[in-house]
Amino acid sequence: MTDMTPVLKVEGISKSFGALKASDNVSLDLRPGEIHALIGPNGAGKSTLIKQISGSLKPDSGRIEVLGRDVTDLDTVARARLGLGRTFQISSLAMEFTVLQNVVLGALGARGRAFSFLRNVMKDKALLEPAQRALERVGLQDEAQRRTADLSHGQRRQLEVAVALTLQPKLFLMDEPMAGLGASGSKALTGFLDELRHEAPILLVEHDMDAVFALADRISVLVYGAVIATGTADEIRANAEVRRAYLGEEDAA
Amino acid sequence: MLTRETTLNIALAAALLAVPLLALAMDEIFIITLATKVAILALAGVGLNIALGIGGLVSLGHAAFFGIGGYAMGILAAHAQNYEPILEAPFLIEGTNQMPIIWLVAIVASALAALVIGALSLRTSGVYFIMITLAFGQMLYYFAISWSAYGGEDGQSIWVRNEFPGLNTLDPIQFFLIAYVILCVVLVFSARLARSPFGLALAAARQSEERVMTVGLTPFHLRLVAFVISGAITGLAGALYADLNRFVSPTMLSWHTSGEIMVFVIIGGVGRLFGPVVGAAVFILLEHILGGFSEYWQIFLGLLLLLMVLFARGGLIGAIAGREVAHD
Amino acid sequence: MSIILILEQVLNGLQFGVMLFLMAAGLTLVFGVMGLINLAHGALYMVGAFAAAAVAGLTGSFLLALVASLAAAAAAGAIVEVAVIRRLYDRDHLDQVLATFALILIFSEGTRWIFGSFPLFLDVPDYLSGPVSLPGGIEYPLYRLTIIAIGLVVAAALFWLIARTRIGIQIRAGEADREMIAALGVDISRLYTLVFALGAALAGLAGALVGAIQSVQVGMGEPVLILAFVVIVIGGIGSIKGALVGAVLVGLTDTLGKVFLPQLFGLFMEPASATSVGASLASMLIYILMALVLLVRPSGLYGGSN
Repeated sequence: MTDMTPVLKVEGISKSFGALKASDNVSLDLRPGEIHALIGPNGAGKSTLIKQISGSLKPDSGRIEVLGRDVTDLDTVARARLGLGRTFQISSLAMEFTVLQNVVLGALGARGRAFSFLRNVMKDKALLEPAQRALERVGLQDEAQRRTADLSHGQRRQLEVAVALTLQPKLFLMDEPMAGLGASGSKALTGFLDELRHEAPILLVEHDMDAVFALADRISVLVYGAVIATGTADEIRANAEVRRAYLGEEDAA
Repeated sequence: MLTRETTLNIALAAALLAVPLLALAMDEIFIITLATKVAILALAGVGLNIALGIGGLVSLGHAAFFGIGGYAMGILAAHAQNYEPILEAPFLIEGTNQMPIIWLVAIVASALAALVIGALSLRTSGVYFIMITLAFGQMLYYFAISWSAYGGEDGQSIWVRNEFPGLNTLDPIQFFLIAYVILCVVLVFSARLARSPFGLALAAARQSEERVMTVGLTPFHLRLVAFVISGAITGLAGALYADLNRFVSPTMLSWHTSGEIMVFVIIGGVGRLFGPVVGAAVFILLEHILGGFSEYWQIFLGLLLLLMVLFARGGLIGAIAGREVAHD
Repeated sequence: MSIILILEQVLNGLQFGVMLFLMAAGLTLVFGVMGLINLAHGALYMVGAFAAAAVAGLTGSFLLALVASLAAAAAAGAIVEVAVIRRLYDRDHLDQVLATFALILIFSEGTRWIFGSFPLFLDVPDYLSGPVSLPGGIEYPLYRLTIIAIGLVVAAALFWLIARTRIGIQIRAGEADREMIAALGVDISRLYTLVFALGAALAGLAGALVGAIQSVQVGMGEPVLILAFVVIVIGGIGSIKGALVGAVLVGLTDTLGKVFLPQLFGLFMEPASATSVGASLASMLIYILMALVLLVRPSGLYGGSN
């Protein structure tokens, strides 16, 4: 892979809650066209890191760049507008909405102007078309009129991804998109993400190791808030420190 | 095809028009006045419903806007009837008895108040928001009491109802029709707002603030605009209400008024387009039926409200039309 | 304006603040522990005042009247908690607002039904009436001084209760984590009833104490309730310390503003308009204070993240 300017660059961010170091001088980057997976045992600080990257939590120190621009002091909204598309581990969809309404909301966000008071939003072709296209891409087109609360957990993850697609982001930040999908769904999404990386690179937090090792160009391992290793799948497999942290953990469990 | 709720709404709109027309035929002027009161209070509720129903903003300070609308009418009309300008320097501002101008002033004044109160209150959420809107409403209440220029605690009376070009506003049915038409226009606006891009984003912010931020929209801005529109409509209702009574007093600003406007919305059903219409009608009916039995009728109102909150969420429209279907 | 006048008004403000604290403490505890916004807290204040006035009328004893106010408000609080409030803990704030608004209607009209619309009077007993001389030559009503003392004692007792007793530990644990405390085997619904009754008793006591200065009438609790809200918004919801600081701040601001603002405006305006502008502004002063605190600290002086 040629060395291009990273789309996302995290430089030495730290975050403590009292005595707990949730992020300990974390640095990582995301390059065009790649899937960079972030793994680590439970409680390693993955969620805290994702929150700092997406802008809902401010790091104590360090710096975050998106497309070469310092976003450390920008909020979630500004980072979303710069092209950061995030999916949530715990679904944050509007549960009373239909599936279609949720993706239309995404398209509306991408348009950036919500202050239109009289036109019927669900008849706006410029919003409906990208919304329906996003549903088709994740395979939810037949569920468009269902209430989001009635979807299965796996379908909600798919919808999360679909909403992120409508934003046409410059990079994706995906927090466990495979959880609850089941074997076939997981396989389908793996195939989909494999292609998606060419539209925009993906920083992927995932517990499904099959998916991670199948997809990731690079993997970073987070333990006790610190990145202990970054490398290709093979390098990570062979890394002694990772084996100790991970296998030790799994033996205990 | 019409949904069950839409059919019900059309029937309700027709009923609210039919009752005073029948009353006119039977020469029951008092009933026309009651229907006018229902239309105006419903309008106040429609205003609150935009913030509360779509936006999920539990404002316990909407009496502030209702009262500001009322005082806009009271101040303009008082100066008109005394032939004293409101302001002479640096430029002349005179009072007026023309309803359209009064409405405009009421809308602008209450929208500005909503902008300031909203900008402060919406920095917080949840319980803080409830208490702060309540407190700002109360601030204006005490201000009105201590402001002696327009009657202070006793309020300001107007001798003759204000005028509307081409109509005789002293004729009860004509004044009713003014209120009714305004209510219908605002209901149509409110229905379209709920389905608009803004309505979608605002409703999303109620359900998941994080989601709205993640798609790059700012919940604070959405809510503030909703709060301003909401306050402006309730302010317009206040101007009409003061004109109905030819009187404005601090009572319009009291937090009981805020509570009552909220009760209209709840009895009918939160977020339901016609919820406030049903709620205001039921409230006025109860006031007159129960009020006839006992001077302590509000005990029964309280019990009814308590039972509704504990056991019948969704309000009357919810009970009749079923769970809200997602609009297409 | 003399130093004595200022000191006197400071004491008045302190007395007002201490009374607000008795109201705000219950509100903030109930919110902190149960997550409930209770608009009917003012009704409990009224219940306390009416109970005190009724018992004082029957027995002539002020002390019995105070005991009655505590008992009646605590009992009313416990009954309301068991019958209505506990169904609201898991509801959203809107339902809580509506249900407790309904309770206000029921309490107010019910009291009017029993006692009528005319105000009752509760007299300050002889042994507490009249002025006392304070150092510096200030003559100050003994009764008001007593209110200040009672308020400070109650505040101290509350701090002790929360910091040092078993109940206090449970209350603090309940604030942190409902399930945790239930898992520890504490009877949570009994704890909630107890906290609610405690808050009610304090409100009732405040009602009785103030009832002897002002008249006892229906609706007397509502202005105080809203001031108590301002107090806990300023102090930070859930914090007893915040409630105390906020209450004294609001009490002093309101009292001093009402006395001195008209005089201040009198320095550069004609007397009549100075009085009216000063009075208008003074009536808004505490809300302006609240707005300022909010601008700087949206979750109050001692509030954590809400």
